[in-house]
Amino acid sequence: MTADQQYAETPTSGPAQMFPVDEDDVARLRTRLAGAAQQAGLLDVAYRTIDSPLGPLLLAATEHGLVRVAFEREGFADVLQALATRLSPRVLEAPRRLDAAAAQLEDYFAGRRRSFDLPLDHAMSTGFRRTVQRYLPRIGYGRTESYKEVAEHVGNARAVRAVGTACATNPLPVVVPCHRVVRSDGGLGGYLGGVEAKTLLLELERAA
Amino acid sequence: MNEPFETAVRRHAATVLRVCRAVLGPGADAEDAWSETFLAALQAWPTLPAGTNVEAWLVRVAQRKAIDVTRGQARRPAPTDVPPEAESSLGIPGVDGEVWQAVARLPERQRLAVAYHFLGGLPHAETAELIGGTPEAVRRAAADGIKTLRRRYQPDVPTEGAIR
Repeated sequence: MTADQQYAETPTSGPAQMFPVDEDDVARLRTRLAGAAQQAGLLDVAYRTIDSPLGPLLLAATEHGLVRVAFEREGFADVLQALATRLSPRVLEAPRRLDAAAAQLEDYFAGRRRSFDLPLDHAMSTGFRRTVQRYLPRIGYGRTESYKEVAEHVGNARAVRAVGTACATNPLPVVVPCHRVVRSDGGLGGYLGGVEAKTLLLELERAA
Repeated sequence: MNEPFETAVRRHAATVLRVCRAVLGPGADAEDAWSETFLAALQAWPTLPAGTNVEAWLVRVAQRKAIDVTRGQARRPAPTDVPPEAESSLGIPGVDGEVWQAVARLPERQRLAVAYHFLGGLPHAETAELIGGTPEAVRRAAADGIKTLRRRYQPDVPTEGAIR
């Protein structure tokens, strides 16, 4: 079930049939609301969805930067609810704030971009997980590191498991390249977006 | 309220637009009131108690915003280049506008009762608090208004149980 279907107005007998409302009018008003909310400083979390080779992705940003990239299998409604609970319930679909992120992701998936130049908001993670996630962009495009190597590089060689958790809970997958962390024995390790997604990203970077 | 505000927008956008159009006509004023309603609601959203009937709350906000728009209208000087015979403030041409023109021709109390009770879903008693009169009078005004509308305006879409 897509977010659109989930939130669609329940068909009622009387008013909806006798007083039809044009969907285009509602779409236009929602766009206007997003703009007004931004201007009034009330757009705490803006989001949009994009299509990608990994399936639909949800992108969300606070006024500080990109705060969440989510895979469809995570359940977009659950992802939005978590943003509302953790950050602010002032969550609106407002694509404009995500224009730069969407464009850079499109370039990345087309093999035209090797690193992201976007303000990031790490508000969805704390402590050691955040430390690991901040380190990950230093693993270069097309390269991989093992969980063990990452643990060493963030200065806690024994925290291999915790590195695994930090990768598994990365709120900014693809942009923060947790897909470049693999097992020491050559195994892929897990991935929030599924092992197929991880394989696809590593192959994309190898080919480009 | 800790639900994403977007949920409320998607669920109630059309209902609030119907209420605004019934009160202010299907033009720009209704859209202004819709926008002001959802902007005010967005501001208040984090402090709205969980379990609130969101639709009813939004309809009440819309009622206040509609009054603001009407007051603003009264203060605004009448534009001189608009021909006085134009009924554009209460109707847009075309099939979609027909039902709203029919609504606009209802007596005011019937129109407001239709807006807040029939379209907005507020109970008779609450509608009476907003537009004055007794709950029973609101019930009659809404029923009379809807009867008139059904007589004047028959949508092409067959209603449930209609004889074809």
